[in-house]
Amino acid sequence: MSTTLSDDLTRLSAVQMADRLADGAITSEQLTQAHLDRIVRLNPTLNAYLLVDPEGALATAREVDRARAAGEDLPRLAGVPVAVKDIACTEGMTTTAGSRMLADFVPPYDATIVTRIRDARMPILGKTNMDEFAMGSSTEHSAFGPTRNPWDLDRIPGGSGGGSSAAVAAYLAPLAVGSDTGGSIRQPAAVTGTVGTKPTYGAVSRYGVIALASSLDQIGPCARTVADAALLHEVLAGHDPMDSTSIDAPVPDVVGASGTTDLTGLRVGVVREISGEGFQAGVQARFDEALDQLRALGAEIVEVSCPHFGYAMAAYYLILPSEASSNLARYDAMRYGLRETPEGSPSAEQVMAASRDAGFGDEVKRRIILGTYALSSGYYDAYYGQAQKVRTLIARDFEAAFEQADVLVSPTSPTTAFALGDKTEDPMAMYLNDIATIPANLAGVPGMSIPSGTADEDSLPAGLQILAPAMQDQRLYAVGAALEARLRETQGGYVIEQAPEIEVRA
Amino acid sequence: MSTQTAAGAEKTVPFEEAMSRYEPVIGLEVHVELGTRTKMFCGCATGFGADPNTQTCPVCLGLPGALPVVNATAVESAIRIGLALNCEIADWCRFARKNYFYPDMPKNFQTSQYDEPIAFEGYLDVEVPPREGLDEEPFVFRVEIERAHMEEDTGKSTHVGGATGRIHGASHSLVDYNRAGIPLIEIVTKPLTGAGERAPEVAKAYVGALRDLLRALDVSDVKMEQGSLRCDANVSLMPTGSERFGTRTETKNVNSLRSVERAVRYEMTRHAAVLDAGATILQETRHWHEDTGITTSGRPKSDADDYRYFPEPDLVPVAPSREDVERLRATLPENPAQRRRRLQEEWGYTDLEMRDVVNAGAAEVIEETVAAGASAAAARKWWMGELARRAKTAGEGGASVELLDLGVSPAHVAELDGLVTSGRLNDSMARQTLEGVLAGEGTPTEVADARGLELVQDDGALQAAVDEVIAANPDVVEKIRGGKVQAVGALIGQVMKTMRGQADAGKARQLILDTLGVEG
Amino acid sequence: MSNLSREDVAHVAMLARIHLEDAELDRLAGQLDQIVDWVGQVAEVASADVPPMSHPMPLTNVTRPDEVRPSLGVEQAVANAPQAEDDRFAVPRILDEE
Repeated sequence: MSTTLSDDLTRLSAVQMADRLADGAITSEQLTQAHLDRIVRLNPTLNAYLLVDPEGALATAREVDRARAAGEDLPRLAGVPVAVKDIACTEGMTTTAGSRMLADFVPPYDATIVTRIRDARMPILGKTNMDEFAMGSSTEHSAFGPTRNPWDLDRIPGGSGGGSSAAVAAYLAPLAVGSDTGGSIRQPAAVTGTVGTKPTYGAVSRYGVIALASSLDQIGPCARTVADAALLHEVLAGHDPMDSTSIDAPVPDVVGASGTTDLTGLRVGVVREISGEGFQAGVQARFDEALDQLRALGAEIVEVSCPHFGYAMAAYYLILPSEASSNLARYDAMRYGLRETPEGSPSAEQVMAASRDAGFGDEVKRRIILGTYALSSGYYDAYYGQAQKVRTLIARDFEAAFEQADVLVSPTSPTTAFALGDKTEDPMAMYLNDIATIPANLAGVPGMSIPSGTADEDSLPAGLQILAPAMQDQRLYAVGAALEARLRETQGGYVIEQAPEIEVRA
Repeated sequence: MSTQTAAGAEKTVPFEEAMSRYEPVIGLEVHVELGTRTKMFCGCATGFGADPNTQTCPVCLGLPGALPVVNATAVESAIRIGLALNCEIADWCRFARKNYFYPDMPKNFQTSQYDEPIAFEGYLDVEVPPREGLDEEPFVFRVEIERAHMEEDTGKSTHVGGATGRIHGASHSLVDYNRAGIPLIEIVTKPLTGAGERAPEVAKAYVGALRDLLRALDVSDVKMEQGSLRCDANVSLMPTGSERFGTRTETKNVNSLRSVERAVRYEMTRHAAVLDAGATILQETRHWHEDTGITTSGRPKSDADDYRYFPEPDLVPVAPSREDVERLRATLPENPAQRRRRLQEEWGYTDLEMRDVVNAGAAEVIEETVAAGASAAAARKWWMGELARRAKTAGEGGASVELLDLGVSPAHVAELDGLVTSGRLNDSMARQTLEGVLAGEGTPTEVADARGLELVQDDGALQAAVDEVIAANPDVVEKIRGGKVQAVGALIGQVMKTMRGQADAGKARQLILDTLGVEG
Repeated sequence: MSNLSREDVAHVAMLARIHLEDAELDRLAGQLDQIVDWVGQVAEVASADVPPMSHPMPLTNVTRPDEVRPSLGVEQAVANAPQAEDDRFAVPRILDEE
């Protein structure tokens, strides 16, 4: 397939797009149209977007072009298009959270992050696919069909934010918004050769973002480069009085940090418990090489131990379902959402139960039932209560580790992208994908995944995770940017550039 | 098992008989809607009676993605209520989710507090008035408060298609979420023992005292009929001499002070009948029916009552500083019971007079009237007499209204009293003047001026009238001179008539007697 | 602990208001038993002296002033309702309870 001129525009980084828009070399309308054209061509194959909004995106683009022509002062990313995970409410635009339950739900309000994106004058291309209510690691639990990995259409793009990662990796958007409860930004980034950040808990407003697990959820950027992610991070982050858990402090200078090239004196901790055994050889090999490059950049590598990380998965799979069981109780067919009315003259209770059976997929039901059980009378202490104690121990492990190291690193995901259908019948196997990413959500600390290269055995991308103490998100960008530049030099280009051309499937 | 008649009434035993064998334990849960401008967790207005669903937003409709933020004033009100109930105030507490499904609850969990209430371990001393017809002293009962916590109200359902809006037989329901999310404080007593046969009265006195206290705190309009104060009454009986509590029932929908007493009394007599029959009390909710004066079976406690409380992750803990608590303590009004005793002493009312004043809700207006310069006796005379009589029927269709809604202010009454004591008006003229004020003709002075109401101060005119009347009634004069002084009344009447009522009758009497040279 | 029975799952599904068909119940019960068994390992660590952690950030006293903000408006409020009547949400008959 030949590369068209508009494809060339989509290949630019967000930083380059912003620069060219600023100096008038291109218009936002051209840029937005280029992405829309590519979406029309490739989305039927990838299923990255659940909804595309050409009119809305182009209207914003033209408005930005007009404002720029009039000499107005515009935000840095004005005119650069963005995709939004279908978990964030968009006023007047269907928002499904990947669920049949919300197939026709049109929110009457914008999530705070959507307002911020609109304030940044970024055209919203559409809403991206996801595992239902963000429960999953493959996007196969979407009620609207799986998203395919642009590197290999028979493989998963990660999850839950597989639509956002695939859109960015396939140049269907330069930037996308994701949400990360246990790895839903970082793991998809890792398996698609892209960059994704889960900021510190509370750094980005959750208001209007459909809740999975309130104490774990965090919103963040998906991009192809660290510098691009930093620009979107800056747009998304900041205090919101509508979210009680939002941090009322200045946003760390992530954009400034993304210009870092030297890591002299930085202490990088390797967490013994999340590397080595159980990790795919190619993933581990790229990780080990990255450690060498970090040393070459002047960092000191130290080994740290987080002894309770082994219990993180179990604690997570109690806390998440518990909170989710309560957060998802509102989907009862009374005020909005799918209503399934059984035969006869059913009561409200029966309509609720039938609608929740019809509207939720298996994974959602599994987790709601698990969480309801964990909170129920007689079991609370053994399950939910105990999981919260483990959470304390994990936070303490992080505290101790960050006394020895400025950042921690690990492979993001134990494997490269697995094949579609591989793990859908085995929930436990699916859960284990998040072994490296979950501790950060439990402790609230920020984490980022950047591509470390491709695995020798399957030529698929692998990810490296960077973790920093709470409210030190800029460290992720400093280390991420320096390592990204170094790897680009040693590997002869960005990892994403190794992705094959996408073959259109009927 | 007790028999249930078609009307739903169950067997009861006479109250005295029940009390001869059993000791009651009662517990009261009062929900008070705070009078904040906005809801507990969102900025929607809270006005009563707004059109359906006009006071709703993503938060109180439980829309996907919406998040709660705590109303600062609601927290302050909760702390002030806690302090007024002599509670300890938590230095750190959290909200919790109470999970259960119900169509009027938008999130299918109620954001409440569970094991960490904002206020706990308090008490309220309530004065229980003497029983009617009995010459006894009022007694004071200390109601121990277990906790007061913050939570949110639910929406309101209207049942359609069944008989008279009842839930039974309805085809469907219509839900209005205006009320959903209005701040509630739930105040829970400890199990109250030792009240014996006075338990129903204690229950009523407690709710009444609590209502007065909340009103004095100015945190709620405490209107039971509008549901801004709601009471659930727990009742159980144990055999006299036992210390093991019996199984309790929770009676809901007890929405007047009188009903509190009646519902507790009814449940006591019903429990006694069940226990007498050797049966066991079913732990269940009961519904109180004001019209028939009985309770009917609601829903039994079941496995489904598993509320799965857990700390609300979308809200952060509330940790009032000790300075804030002391600042709020300084804003507390005088305890209503103490205030009542102080006012009675200041005003010199008898116990009976004071009780009538309090029951009529007239203490505040009398206090203001006295503050505006009237004597306590005059203030009571006007407010408890003429004005109270009018208030009973001044509403729409002859309904009663509050004293202050009559259109006469305490300042008006004080002014009227001033006109009387200064000698400008006599009693009958004062009543006419009040009439004018009630009719909106202006202040008492304005009305008196406009209607030309004024006692004749000119002694010459009065003397002339006296002379004329004496001359015209030689037979009456003879009687008076002969020692029948009371016959002077006939002359006074004629003098007043001559003066067109604008004379001071006392003065007229004195003048007649002086003129006749008779000692009064 | 663990060994979540089919009856347990049915009971919990009732609490969670999810009507499960028999086949669904069979399938989920097996998977859930395995998962519950696995998450039960949290009992192995974290003794009584470890405080539970409900919130990742130690914030307190986040409140808003008691100031009215605009409501949605009734058209918007009921726009997504499966059924609405007289500006209210129409719901099926409610079982006996106040």
